[in-house]
Amino acid sequence: MACVNPDGTLSESAKALLRALAKPTAAEEIASQVGQPLFKVRSSLRELTAAGLIKEAGEKFLITESGKTRL
Amino acid sequence: MENTMVNEAKAAEGLPRIGSPAPQFEAVTTHGTLRLSDFKGSWLILFSHPADFTPVCTTEFIAFAQIHGKLREMNCELLGLSIDSVYSHIAWARNIEEKLGQKITFPIIADLNKEVATKYGMLMPGESKTETSRCVFVIDDKQVIRAMIYYPLSTGRNMDEIVRLLQSLQTVDKHKVATPANWRPGDKVIVPPPITQETAEERVREKGLECKDWYFCKKDLK
Repeated sequence: MACVNPDGTLSESAKALLRALAKPTAAEEIASQVGQPLFKVRSSLRELTAAGLIKEAGEKFLITESGKTRL
Repeated sequence: MENTMVNEAKAAEGLPRIGSPAPQFEAVTTHGTLRLSDFKGSWLILFSHPADFTPVCTTEFIAFAQIHGKLREMNCELLGLSIDSVYSHIAWARNIEEKLGQKITFPIIADLNKEVATKYGMLMPGESKTETSRCVFVIDDKQVIRAMIYYPLSTGRNMDEIVRLLQSLQTVDKHKVATPANWRPGDKVIVPPPITQETAEERVREKGLECKDWYFCKKDLK
């Protein structure tokens, strides 16, 4: 897992993504904000969504209350 | 004998073909779980190597890492693959950086169940049943297979040719031309031959072209 470690802690890149999602943001915008390749951002967004830390808002993504507690 | 030929023909039917959509997959990599669709919008060079911690593969990995920046400037990502575990990939990438001073910046698929290797025909049973050959798939930004290169276990690939191939494909797309043998950026390109007698006659009168005959014309790209 790239974002959520086996012990449940988050990687630094995952925290950077969560911080970038205070308002609804598209994957392409996030990639340029955090300086990660788009393919990696897409993969991380999928993982963070499955973990309930972010949610989809149309074509964009937004941090959840659960996600905020992990920062 | 006949059954073997039928089986081989059936197996080949599902293999990637130039101009066909690239087979989709989801795989564990050194950069997390990736899907082919994660790369949509950028070109991708998907390549396989026989095994981690082997000398020819190590020289290739260093060489791939050295062209990674140039490929990214061309909107192209790199994705490696072998039938090794993700832990082996991580250890090998760290070893290359520690012993040989080259950071491996691209993800590597840990294809232990051979799922991606089988989809892409990376295993050559006549050569090895457990190691993938040195395959290269150039996949465009719409996820169509645009070129394939297959090298045997014994022979390391030429990075200049991989970069040149990508440069050619992107030039072909942008300018609707073809590229001649040994073409390099800046060289003249081939104008696609006319397909009617009328356009053949127009072609030889067209200005700005270097024509040897109606079917064989080159031009400079502005």
